[in-house]
Amino acid sequence: MTGAGNIEAWPQPTRAAMVRASLRVAAYPLSFAILFAALLLGTAIGPAAIGPDEVVRVLLRHILHINVQTEATADTIVWQIRFPRVLLAGLVGGTLGYAGAAYQGVFRNPLADPYLMGVASGAGLAAALVIVGPLPLMWGNISIITLAAFLGAVGAVALSYTLVARVGGVTPVSTLILSGIAISTLAVSATSYLMLTNGEDAIAVLSWLMGGFNDSSWRKMWFILPYTIPAAVVIYLHGRVLNVMQLDEQQAQQLGIDISRTQVILLVAASLASAAAVSVAGIIGFVGLVVPHAVRLVVGPDYRRLLPLSTVLGAAVLILADLGARTLVNPGELPIGVITAGLGAPFFLFLLRRQKKAYL
Amino acid sequence: MTAALEIRGLHVAYGARTVLSGIHLAVQRGEVLGLVGPNGCGKTTLIRAITRVTPWRSGEVLVGNVPVSGLSRRELAQRIAVVPQMTPLPIGYSALDVVLMGRTPHLGFLEHEGADDYAIAREALARAGAAALAERRVDELSGGEQQNVVLARALAQRTPVLLLDEPTAHLDIGHQMAVAALVRTLAHDHGVAVLAAIHDLTLASLSCDRVAVMAGGGLLAEGTPEQALTVENIERAYGVRVRVLHDAAPAPVIVPYSGGAIAP
Repeated sequence: MTGAGNIEAWPQPTRAAMVRASLRVAAYPLSFAILFAALLLGTAIGPAAIGPDEVVRVLLRHILHINVQTEATADTIVWQIRFPRVLLAGLVGGTLGYAGAAYQGVFRNPLADPYLMGVASGAGLAAALVIVGPLPLMWGNISIITLAAFLGAVGAVALSYTLVARVGGVTPVSTLILSGIAISTLAVSATSYLMLTNGEDAIAVLSWLMGGFNDSSWRKMWFILPYTIPAAVVIYLHGRVLNVMQLDEQQAQQLGIDISRTQVILLVAASLASAAAVSVAGIIGFVGLVVPHAVRLVVGPDYRRLLPLSTVLGAAVLILADLGARTLVNPGELPIGVITAGLGAPFFLFLLRRQKKAYL
Repeated sequence: MTAALEIRGLHVAYGARTVLSGIHLAVQRGEVLGLVGPNGCGKTTLIRAITRVTPWRSGEVLVGNVPVSGLSRRELAQRIAVVPQMTPLPIGYSALDVVLMGRTPHLGFLEHEGADDYAIAREALARAGAAALAERRVDELSGGEQQNVVLARALAQRTPVLLLDEPTAHLDIGHQMAVAALVRTLAHDHGVAVLAAIHDLTLASLSCDRVAVMAGGGLLAEGTPEQALTVENIERAYGVRVRVLHDAAPAPVIVPYSGGAIAP
């Protein structure tokens, strides 16, 4: 049966293969439905009860410029407070989702997340420096913390990469990972030192580090959009290439892929986008790690599906987590990380326990 | 006649250690050239260097008379396909997914695999005797089945030159013969130039048109199996004395003495 050129009959697809195929088809409409529901719930629920019909009217009036009657207070709450917050949470969650998937793909490592090369620790150190230092926190309309955090994030990744990158050759991903860990550890310890020696500002630094959306605004949206949209496009277009890169560096090159160039393109895109996300929302953990894994467990490893689905579900997850953060305790807010990790970790463990086969 | 693959004075070193010292070798269209030699003699390095995965110090490789150093990765992958030594395949992908990856050098950046690519991939799987594995996950296949999938991936590349690094290492004798027959068909009927690193000297003798014996990063002998696989060459390359039987098969059969290095 193994003779050269001997064409065998094609086997019928198994039941498991058919279930997998239908999950893949259903995954898109299902994910978008979840995202849509999260958007509506996030906008409708809050201290002031506003009915979903009113929410829809306000959104129609502002987005589609349809002239419908809206109640003035509800209009302000929905359009100026809740909707920007929900959208920002969605953008940050979506960014962390696809950036996490891209990092896992480039590094061929299930532990990779968007913070692996120093995005979070670099942003945290820069934000801490601004908070404890003499710089004003705002300069006119511009948040110095956001700008500094962005530069710190990008700087840390650039340092992690350039310190070990091999000119004219391929840098092994394990070397890049270790370099990222070294730079991150350095930045985290510097941040801790700043917090210890500036006791009066330590709480402010800590609250920035823990992240959240309680001072969301349309301005922050405009800050993240120019990074996350182009980065998403660039990364989505590399879906097929990312699949080939799951072989190993040698085989990917022998199949015609310029590994070092592709690595740089993907890391620059994913890092810029997650740097923008971190600088507007602080360090929100677990989403960029777990969402791509959860998607992979359901639809398989193909990056052409994994990347967009991680975006949509990352957005939905963070909108719902933020909803929990601001409604579960009263008065005040829970740190959003408590929700993402507190609910995300058990859910992820549940998925892992159900899984009989290795999947990454 | 222009060789399909020509290696001209290739010199490769890792730091101060020379791994290939000025190798000259040519593979013609429609020919299977076997590469034999002891562990660490540079066979794998030569295959990696030909595809520019390992950089070389001096020399040049020509594929269809075109210098490899001037080609992009993609252009190179359109001309040379490689079956590397066993490496783990990525988890969760089906055999068909992996074979379709062989179409990468023929697809534009924004292009997806079309019906043609699927047809080529399925045909390659069938040729490699792995049609039944198409929908199976590669991480659940045996080592030998995985090797056949990787061979199918190289076939799906549809290149004029095929490099194989121990393609039969994990195969039983039946599958070894099937792969050997497939490789000979590719060369003799389809004009592919094949360079195959092989450990088993008898298999090299029986399945290759010519054999090159490597030792210590250099070429010791080259010629038909009869010319290259002599008692003297094998002793110089491997440091063991063997018997070479000429009457048992159409090509020499190499048999160790019991106890290996003990000479008669």
